[in-house]
Amino acid sequence: MKGFLYFFETIKGLLVTGKHLIVNFFFHTINYIFRIKTKRRGSVTTQYPEEKREIPPRYRTKHRMMFNEEGTPRCVGCMLCVTVCPSDCIFVKAEEIEGKKIATEFIIHVNRCAFCGYCVEVCPEDAIRMDSGKLDFVSDSQKNLSLNLLFKGKK
Amino acid sequence: MNYTLLVLIKIIVLFAWLMIFALYATLAERKVSAVIQDRHGANRAKILGISSFGIFQPFADALKMLFKEDYIPPFTDKFMFKFAPVITFFFSALVIIAIPFGEPVKIGKEIIKLQVIDPDIALLLIFALSSMSIYGIILGGWSSNNKYSFLGGMRATSQIVSYEVALILSIIGLIMVYPSLRLSEIVNYQSTLLWGWIPKWGILLQPLAFIIFIIAAIAETKRAPFDLPESESEIIGFFLEYSGIRFGVYMLTDFVETIMLSLIITTLFFGGWNIPYLFSGLKLSNGTIFSGFVFPWGKQLAISINWVSILQIIAFQIKTVIVFVFLLLVRWTFPRLRFDQLMELGWKSLIPLALFNIVVTAIIIAIV
Ligand code: SF4
Ligand code: SF4
Repeated sequence: MKGFLYFFETIKGLLVTGKHLIVNFFFHTINYIFRIKTKRRGSVTTQYPEEKREIPPRYRTKHRMMFNEEGTPRCVGCMLCVTVCPSDCIFVKAEEIEGKKIATEFIIHVNRCAFCGYCVEVCPEDAIRMDSGKLDFVSDSQKNLSLNLLFKGKK
Repeated sequence: MNYTLLVLIKIIVLFAWLMIFALYATLAERKVSAVIQDRHGANRAKILGISSFGIFQPFADALKMLFKEDYIPPFTDKFMFKFAPVITFFFSALVIIAIPFGEPVKIGKEIIKLQVIDPDIALLLIFALSSMSIYGIILGGWSSNNKYSFLGGMRATSQIVSYEVALILSIIGLIMVYPSLRLSEIVNYQSTLLWGWIPKWGILLQPLAFIIFIIAAIAETKRAPFDLPESESEIIGFFLEYSGIRFGVYMLTDFVETIMLSLIITTLFFGGWNIPYLFSGLKLSNGTIFSGFVFPWGKQLAISINWVSILQIIAFQIKTVIVFVFLLLVRWTFPRLRFDQLMELGWKSLIPLALFNIVVTAIIIAIV
């Protein structure tokens, strides 16, 4: 008797997986071979480099430096972020230029950064933000992972 | 044509067919498992920037296997260690020689059987050959000189020996129904019709034997839910000490065995190359020879004899692929059995059921 029960349950299990197989295969075929976009995609995974997930607005990503209207960095070299950083990975050098203290060098070693966001919280000038939306910065050397935030070019 | 030359050509063609099928079987397994689990599966292997859903993946896998270090542990029995994978692969791949891929075709004056050899004991031969492959497994486990792989080999032996009984007993029902042990004749018999409209396929004549056979045969292939010999979570299995291409051969053997199983199931239970109501060289009542569809409601559809052969070969391939996908589905659906459950299923359920099937078949044959 128990054997029969097992037998029917195994058939049921096969039907469940078989349904997944056929339904998902159908949607894969029309989505990826015939290139017809349907709402149901037949898979729950994201095909990462081609498709990207939407990043929530408060998600902590790569750091960026804010600049004034004149184009100078907002950072005044107060060293608060350097002090608070748990990973000890911020390096700031500031100089007095025309009576104002302005950072001349601002380097974050992202290799060590824990993405805790303390530096953003603590900054009195709102100079650093972590809202660039960049997640995929990889490199094969430590040197490339030292971000120079004062560098305004594309990086 | 020279008989030896013909056999040689057939073997080469079949071996190429088998290797391509086995390579793509690895991809099919990954794809089927992925699709069942709502994923995509391997689709990254690219040649010139074209990935085309991973059709190059098997070659990438094979290359990876080839270039891995082939390490032979110093404590093993060197000769047996090297020899064991070859034994399993050889015997499980050898089954293919007796499988009929289609009706004999006529090329010129020559009648060529689409089958390497057609012995009159083919049915027994294929089971004898496929059960020989256990030697490679136990020798591989034993010569590794490692407790766990030895345990895996032992488990494989006990499992296969006990399921062999159920397997052969379930076949006896078929042997009683079919007129011959010759596979081509078995398929020919399945092409005839019962009461004029039901094809005499094995699955329709012997449904219970089919269920027993498929369970026992999956256990023979040593894949989940019967993958105790290689249970990855506890003992890793009989190929624990193997690396590189030697492990690759064991892995490929797994797929070759599954392919052989789908070939055997197609031949024995799904009518081989038979398409229902499609006949070649049928003698009509008015004396002409007819090939094409003859439907039970009397309609006729003539097709040239060459097309009939091609259709039958394609039908065989499609049936094999469908059975293969079903076996993959089974493999990715069920969790593993415990060892006592395995033995209980074999000895306490399948064997009595197979005996019951024999008795019922005998009674029905006696009555009809
Ligand atoms: S996010 Fe945290 S770890 Fe990274 S630089 Fe800022 S304070 Fe340091
Ligand atoms: S970034 Fe902000 S906290 Fe850090 S040194 Fe500059 S002003 Fe101070």
